[in-house]
Amino acid sequence: MPPKVVLDWLYVGVFAVVGIVLAVVPLIVVWLLAPQMRLPQKELTYESGVIPFGQAWAQFNVRYYLFALVFVVFDVEVIYLYPWAVVFRRLGAFAFYEMLVFLLILMVGLAYAWRKGALEWV
Amino acid sequence: MSTFVEILKAIGLAVLVFTFLAVVGAMFGVYMERKISGWIQARLGPKHVGPQGLLQTIADTVKLLQKEHITPRRADALIFNSAPIIVAVAGLLDWVVIPFGQVGNRFLVVRDINIGVVYFAAMASLTVIGILAGGWASNNKYALLGGLRAASQMISYEIPLALGILWAAMIAGSLSTVSLVEAQRGGWFIFKVPPLGLLAALTFLVAATAEVNRVPFDLPEAESELVAGYFAEYTGMRFALFQLGEYAEMFAFAALFSVLFLGGWDEPSLSRQWAWVWLVLGAGSLALVALIQFRLRHVLLVRPIFILAVMAAGLSLILFFGVMAGRAQVLPSIVWFFVKMFTLVFFLMWMRWTYPRLRLDQLLSLSWKVLLPLGLLNLLITAFIITVAR
Amino acid sequence: MGEFAAFTILSLLILIPAVVVVTSKNIVRSALSLVPTLLGVTGFYVLLQAEFVAGIQVLIYAGAITVLLLFVIMLTEGGAGLQVRQVNEQIPLGVTAAVWLAFLLLLVFSRTTWPVAQRGNPPAYSALAIGNAFMTDYVLVFEVTSLVLLVSLVGAIIIARREE
Repeated sequence: MPPKVVLDWLYVGVFAVVGIVLAVVPLIVVWLLAPQMRLPQKELTYESGVIPFGQAWAQFNVRYYLFALVFVVFDVEVIYLYPWAVVFRRLGAFAFYEMLVFLLILMVGLAYAWRKGALEWV
Repeated sequence: MSTFVEILKAIGLAVLVFTFLAVVGAMFGVYMERKISGWIQARLGPKHVGPQGLLQTIADTVKLLQKEHITPRRADALIFNSAPIIVAVAGLLDWVVIPFGQVGNRFLVVRDINIGVVYFAAMASLTVIGILAGGWASNNKYALLGGLRAASQMISYEIPLALGILWAAMIAGSLSTVSLVEAQRGGWFIFKVPPLGLLAALTFLVAATAEVNRVPFDLPEAESELVAGYFAEYTGMRFALFQLGEYAEMFAFAALFSVLFLGGWDEPSLSRQWAWVWLVLGAGSLALVALIQFRLRHVLLVRPIFILAVMAAGLSLILFFGVMAGRAQVLPSIVWFFVKMFTLVFFLMWMRWTYPRLRLDQLLSLSWKVLLPLGLLNLLITAFIITVAR
Repeated sequence: MGEFAAFTILSLLILIPAVVVVTSKNIVRSALSLVPTLLGVTGFYVLLQAEFVAGIQVLIYAGAITVLLLFVIMLTEGGAGLQVRQVNEQIPLGVTAAVWLAFLLLLVFSRTTWPVAQRGNPPAYSALAIGNAFMTDYVLVFEVTSLVLLVSLVGAIIIARREE
């Protein structure tokens, strides 16, 4: 018998596999049931009724990337908060001050990003 | 050998949860959404298939099964076809850690993973990839814009969401969903350290609404500007899979909200000398029911309120008599789970017709400049209060 | 037995998409193929009973880093469906280097005596244990981490601003 942790995630794995199978089955049913008539007009992408102009794939705004970068930093920060949240009430005031320092340093980062306009969408 | 049995059990549970999500989440969810939308807009909503249109979504599903699959010629076919599967599976995986209730000493949860809430956040974050992939692979300008908006929105609101989760985890001192509910025996977290509990709950609710792309945060699919956003090119069953994933996610977030702040499957309990509160609530709801039934019958707008009042009256009266009869647990825990979840889902559907859509810059500044500092400060102040109070 | 089966399945889950990552001509496909690879690594963490790390792996790598990569790709010409050549005339050289490296690693692997933990007594990697470690023995590491995060945030903003 595997340990609880492994068993937990075994379930997760099985759920993922079964989920994929159950999501593919209706697609196969459709493939068997639905009519199939390929027409060139049908395979055009929708663009408000006119013939699509150029490619949709184009380079886009650097803004998205900037937000993703800030997001990754804060996501990592939040990850550090989870273990702290679990032990916080078991430990004394020390845990609070430690987290205060941690968060204050990061708030400086947030203030910097704010100040530099990295949180601005223009 | 026992591992093999566990795998079989897991397969059975997976099929069960998937069916539950398809029937309750997607089919009934869509029906509820259409009916409530109808009432709020003074229409009747679906009405013809089955009693009160109850079978409408089943008919829709049968129709979708017969629809032709069209893959746009210029799309990236492989990614295009796998994106809806990613979204649907991520929606299903969320449900592994959602506890439905308690029977005796057993918890009705697929697996009580030790890091339950982190797991939930992780699985919910996988949806972004499916949406971004689907939007990009369509090679459609609307879809690409929708996918990009969805991705930037969902990653922005993941942080306030996590801060809401952290608040509850800090109070409970645990990350497992079952222990979070257990910790709320004495009082729901929404009422803890008032009003900070309410603030944390609101942060979480706003972020969750944005995570599931619902109004007022429905920019990714904004039908009036982006047609349908990232799934504009999807037909038939693949479209249905996107919908399934989306509704599964919405119900999962509603369930998680009740687990984090509303005591999950716990019954709201009042001791005997406070039982009159239930009676007052029940009588009030009954009066409202009577008022609507006899005075405002023809006003469609009040229908949702009418149904809510009927349910509130029923629940309060059952609780009152249950408490008076001296029962510790009046209704089974699973009923409470569903009551709380559906109330929240109703709330989300109500919001859809109450608030206008935000603009992208407003949306991002709400997340980064309001919710994030607010969440952080809330966490710090609550921690400070707890430290001082010790 | 079961562990070996799990290891094999996870290895395949990691390696097959990994091959796609380095060979696909379309770099968006390469980026998306990273997802199953990263999820497979999650499985390894679980086998080592490092549950919290497994959660982080999904949340940060599969959920956040992949989105960041996709954004970067779509920012450049890669998002425009550009077909890139993943190989050039240096292939024989690369193969030789890779084979040598693999040989060397296998050599080291087989010559080392690995300190295997006693059965039934795995080290505690739970969120609780990690939190306790942060709050007691590794306080300084923990605080310095926040400085590292601050520096990376500032750096990210400066670099991104220059690109604009």
